[in-house]
Amino acid sequence: MIAAALDNSKDQNDAASTSSWYEASARQRVENLLDANSFNEFIGPELRETSPHLPLFDLPEQFDDGMIVGYGRLGGKPVLIAAQEGRFMGGAFGEIHGAKLTGLLRAARDIASLPVLILFDTGGVRLQEANAGELAIAEIIRALIETRLAGVPVVGLVGGRSGCYGGGGLIAGCCSALAVSEQGRIGVSGPEVIETNRGVEEFDSKDRALVWRTMGGKHRRLIGGAEVFADDTVASFRDAASYLIEHAPSMNLSTLESEQFRLAQRIERFGTCADALDIWRSLGAAEPQSIPALSYREFVALANDLQEPRHDAR
Amino acid sequence: MTLDNILASLFPRGHDVILERGLISGRGPLPDGGSMAVIGVDGRAPVGVEEATLLSSHVLDVIKSGGNEPILVLIDSDSQRMSKRDELLGLNEFLAHLAKCLILADKLGHRTIGLLYGHTAAGAFIATALATQTLLALPGAEPAVMDLPSMSRVTKLSIEVLQEKAKSTPVFAPGLDNLAQTGAVAITLNPDSSLADQLKSVLSQPAEREDSRDKLGKERKGRPKAADIAERVYELARASV
Amino acid sequence: METLNYRNKASQRAKGSKLQVIVGVVASGNLEVLAERVLPDSECEVDIRTAAEGFGEVWQAVVADFVEHRSPGGLKFSINDGGARPDTVALRLAQAVSAIEGERT
Repeated sequence: MIAAALDNSKDQNDAASTSSWYEASARQRVENLLDANSFNEFIGPELRETSPHLPLFDLPEQFDDGMIVGYGRLGGKPVLIAAQEGRFMGGAFGEIHGAKLTGLLRAARDIASLPVLILFDTGGVRLQEANAGELAIAEIIRALIETRLAGVPVVGLVGGRSGCYGGGGLIAGCCSALAVSEQGRIGVSGPEVIETNRGVEEFDSKDRALVWRTMGGKHRRLIGGAEVFADDTVASFRDAASYLIEHAPSMNLSTLESEQFRLAQRIERFGTCADALDIWRSLGAAEPQSIPALSYREFVALANDLQEPRHDAR
Repeated sequence: MTLDNILASLFPRGHDVILERGLISGRGPLPDGGSMAVIGVDGRAPVGVEEATLLSSHVLDVIKSGGNEPILVLIDSDSQRMSKRDELLGLNEFLAHLAKCLILADKLGHRTIGLLYGHTAAGAFIATALATQTLLALPGAEPAVMDLPSMSRVTKLSIEVLQEKAKSTPVFAPGLDNLAQTGAVAITLNPDSSLADQLKSVLSQPAEREDSRDKLGKERKGRPKAADIAERVYELARASV
Repeated sequence: METLNYRNKASQRAKGSKLQVIVGVVASGNLEVLAERVLPDSECEVDIRTAAEGFGEVWQAVVADFVEHRSPGGLKFSINDGGARPDTVALRLAQAVSAIEGERT
């Protein structure tokens, strides 16, 4: 009976591991990413620390304000973890939502031995509490950099419904390393924002292929905006997280000088490219138009082929 | 105040700060004999990949030259440049890099002081003014995370309704007073007296090592809960080890 | 926003020993259900905050049907609703009971 029970639980774990990251809720991602039953939440939903501002707009609250933070184990090793729920208010940063991550990073900085995982899924700042959200992002960025300066890796995972936009994109850019799936999108101005402000001629937000090749995971991986390309499964993100925690670059003046060089070179090489296809061609891809349809394995092989030497420039 | 007026009042003995295609760079002398590096954005220019790269290269130059020269970041900007090209090139990395350079400078002993004298918004605001250690502002500054018409479109509430709600809470409405209440702005300067003297007084205070903007937001009643939530998570995480 | 509260008698205590679970998310057409084992074994309470106003009778019917069929004695359910349809509400309530009783969902 015991053996049967164990086998049964193994099936369950396998099912959880192969389940889609994109489709999962933030809570399911945390549960399935970490070692079984190792997650311990800080200020969980039962404490009902909801947004003090959404009632002003007659909007429903969520008990965790769309941000889950806590402590757990990944492959037996302790980690601090934060996850955004991209379906609640688009995963946007509000006062409570942001403050949880700020507190977690400040603790990581002072503990100085626990790596941090951030499971991004956000459209940016929550408009109904825009000032608080904007400031939360500024506070998170400062705490994140202090954490990295203390020698602690902060690894970001991007593959959720809301992508990683606005201030979320800036926080991601500050992480030690990023893993992104094909479905993950990273940017500052989202497609709708660009279209609203600059017109459909500048960016047609309904053109999904355009959105994906301009901001999607494959493009970010190819230009060096993310270190690891993950498959859309919990298992793949788990492997990526473990690998990046071990290989995250430290941060100091020379890291940022290298990044300055890397980014300036990117403008020089690709600054006149009108489309991602032109960039991929310049990178040496023989058939750039075939890249969006490549499977996970095919794309990883191609990306490893085209990749510039591994950089510690973030 | 215009950029020229501000620079004249900050550096009455003259300066070599220049403005090129919306970007500010240079140095001005301090009363004690040292100098202050100056960077920034003027004329409500957007911050795209080129602008961010130029600003961050100035910050890195200051760090590389050693010493503890303070850095002043003057801001009258648009938001980040909203374009297909900037997103294609990974603008998030460029803005993050600029913020990282400013924060590293601070951690390596350079005071970083932001001075908001015009508009700013969204990603440009985070990567410049909000990445400095002490943010100052002049009356008339118009920071706006999001303008009310855009907010009206997204929230489907009329501008009149939003203006009415803004009276009871500073948490979402644009404007200097609202941001100051949430803790973003440390001090609003007096434009009618010497900015050099006011800057000197700020520089004479020891730099705060902790980010106290959430506590300031609580004191000023603009962000009632952020400081407490961050503190509680901090304590729980510390206790988990 | 509308607030609704229903307190029903339950014939049996909900199984298992878990003290709380949460299922679902707050989004358009969706809801979250927080279940907590905090009541006497014969009681059940459902506390609702909903964005869709004027559906009190529908909620009452869904809740009554749920309590009768699942008998979640001892549980308090707190719901944040983004305007879910009754079948989605019933599904989430059932998921919450399954989860707190220790079944995998």
